[in-house]
Amino acid sequence: MTKDQYVLGIETSCDETAASVVKNGIEIVSNVVASQIQSQKRFGGVVPEIASRHHVEQITIVIDEALKKAGLAPKELDAVAVTEGPGLVGALLIGINAAKAFAFAHGLPLIGVHHIAGHIYANELMQRMKFPLLAIIVSGGHTELVIMKGHGSFEVIGETRDDAAGEAYDKVARVLGLPYPGGPEIDRLAGESDDVIEFPRAWLEPDSYDFSFSGLKSAVINYKHNLEQRGEKVNPAHVAAGFQASVVEVLTTKARRAAEEYQVKQVVAAGGVAANKQLRGSLENAFKEMNIPFYVPPISLCTDNAAMIAAAGSSMFTSGVRSTLSMNGRPGMELTSWHE
Amino acid sequence: MIWLGIDTANTPLSIAIVKDGQLLLEENTSMAINHSLRAMPAIEEVFNKVNLVPADIDAIAVSEGPGSYTGVRIGVTIAKTLSWTLEKPLTGVSSLKAIAMNGLFFEGLICILVDARRGNVYAGVYKSNNESLTSIIEDGHYEIETLFELLHKHEGNLLFIGKDVSMHQEKIIREFGKRVVIAPVHFNLPRASSLIYAAQQLKTQVDVHPFTPEYRRIAEAEANWLKAQEKEKDRA
Repeated sequence: MTKDQYVLGIETSCDETAASVVKNGIEIVSNVVASQIQSQKRFGGVVPEIASRHHVEQITIVIDEALKKAGLAPKELDAVAVTEGPGLVGALLIGINAAKAFAFAHGLPLIGVHHIAGHIYANELMQRMKFPLLAIIVSGGHTELVIMKGHGSFEVIGETRDDAAGEAYDKVARVLGLPYPGGPEIDRLAGESDDVIEFPRAWLEPDSYDFSFSGLKSAVINYKHNLEQRGEKVNPAHVAAGFQASVVEVLTTKARRAAEEYQVKQVVAAGGVAANKQLRGSLENAFKEMNIPFYVPPISLCTDNAAMIAAAGSSMFTSGVRSTLSMNGRPGMELTSWHE
Repeated sequence: MIWLGIDTANTPLSIAIVKDGQLLLEENTSMAINHSLRAMPAIEEVFNKVNLVPADIDAIAVSEGPGSYTGVRIGVTIAKTLSWTLEKPLTGVSSLKAIAMNGLFFEGLICILVDARRGNVYAGVYKSNNESLTSIIEDGHYEIETLFELLHKHEGNLLFIGKDVSMHQEKIIREFGKRVVIAPVHFNLPRASSLIYAAQQLKTQVDVHPFTPEYRRIAEAEANWLKAQEKEKDRA
């Protein structure tokens, strides 16, 4: 019998300070997240300097708790995995330097993980991935379609050319005067709405899997201006429903086309926006029709967490990937394969 | 008793290991290389060269700020993590005081300046009794004119140390004339061995988990938010 593998994951790329221990790359042993949302709410968005300050306050507390909950001593770990990028550089550096100091203190291997690889690997914590696989990543910072032909193999076939989907949600929510974070509010309002304002869909070139949400955001702003100039009131629910319908239709249609072209055996969604009810429902229906298994992790694994970093880190560890103590934060890091 | 000292508060990097009062090794660089690239490799190198492992150390001293926000955070994060996971006590020392240690034998006031843009400086003023330093003007973020006013309340010579002193040199000499002594450039670098020496004199340990840098300045977004809150209150 082979020995169990335990990887400590650390994630500080945005506004969550998180640490987790994952067993054999598939089983969560502990998963601790300290969210800054209450603090960042005051500013209507994430302020990088504030995020970095909170990370320094929380980092050792969160790692300590993850190890205690796992009931493991540092020496019992096999590796330390940490988000190397992309993200806010000052925020990334806290997790990275804590991970480096911890790895050095106990002579453990260090592994720098791509945040999106982490989001995709959150699925491995729920069920085994089947390849070829289509991953739909939708979050505050990312909107991507990724094809995986095996573990550690990534091909980004489509990405946003301007705003990420979650970013568009937050901006539109601000225009409508909804509280931060805007995504869940728009989803809720859209679900209750009895009418839908028609907004454009950005399909881009016929064969493109890329996305663009800035035009849609402008259309919402223009619509509001026009109404206000005529002295009419905007119904936020109708606008939310229209905006969301556009986002969901474009995402679903492109994901469907990708699943067909690449003949995938499984589709997974990941990222904070994957928790969106309407998007989830639309994707579920689409892939049910196509008879392709479709999975979305529970919300705690969709939003930023360290279990997903530990899961991806475990796969990298098994493939022999190692980082050095000179690892830097990489805010614009690209998703590359660690295994062909 | 083996101490590890870490200073990444500004551009220079200093790592030292002191055993029973003897400096075993100190690495000082001032190369404008991101501390995340250099700090941990330098710490590893220093341990390797003196043939020690992390668990061998008994205490850690870290430069706690003020300084570059990111720089201070890197040193403090590394020090906190090592202190917590190796279960060794941690002492935070003012990063300005660490530089002031370079003027330990100066009779008069030792003024440390680090430029903070737009006519502002991070500054601290210390007095030496040839053994240890006492704070005379508290570490803080000052408009340079305010700092001058505070300095005028004191007599005697003034030693200015810090890599940004040259930026304000004319103003300083205009203000204080012959009282001014400007330290040679290589005295601007903090030395982790001095940091350890200052930490030993402090005889205090920090509570590791809640330990954070001494930024000496509120984040801009936080300041704006507080201002807005005040306005709200006035309106109510």
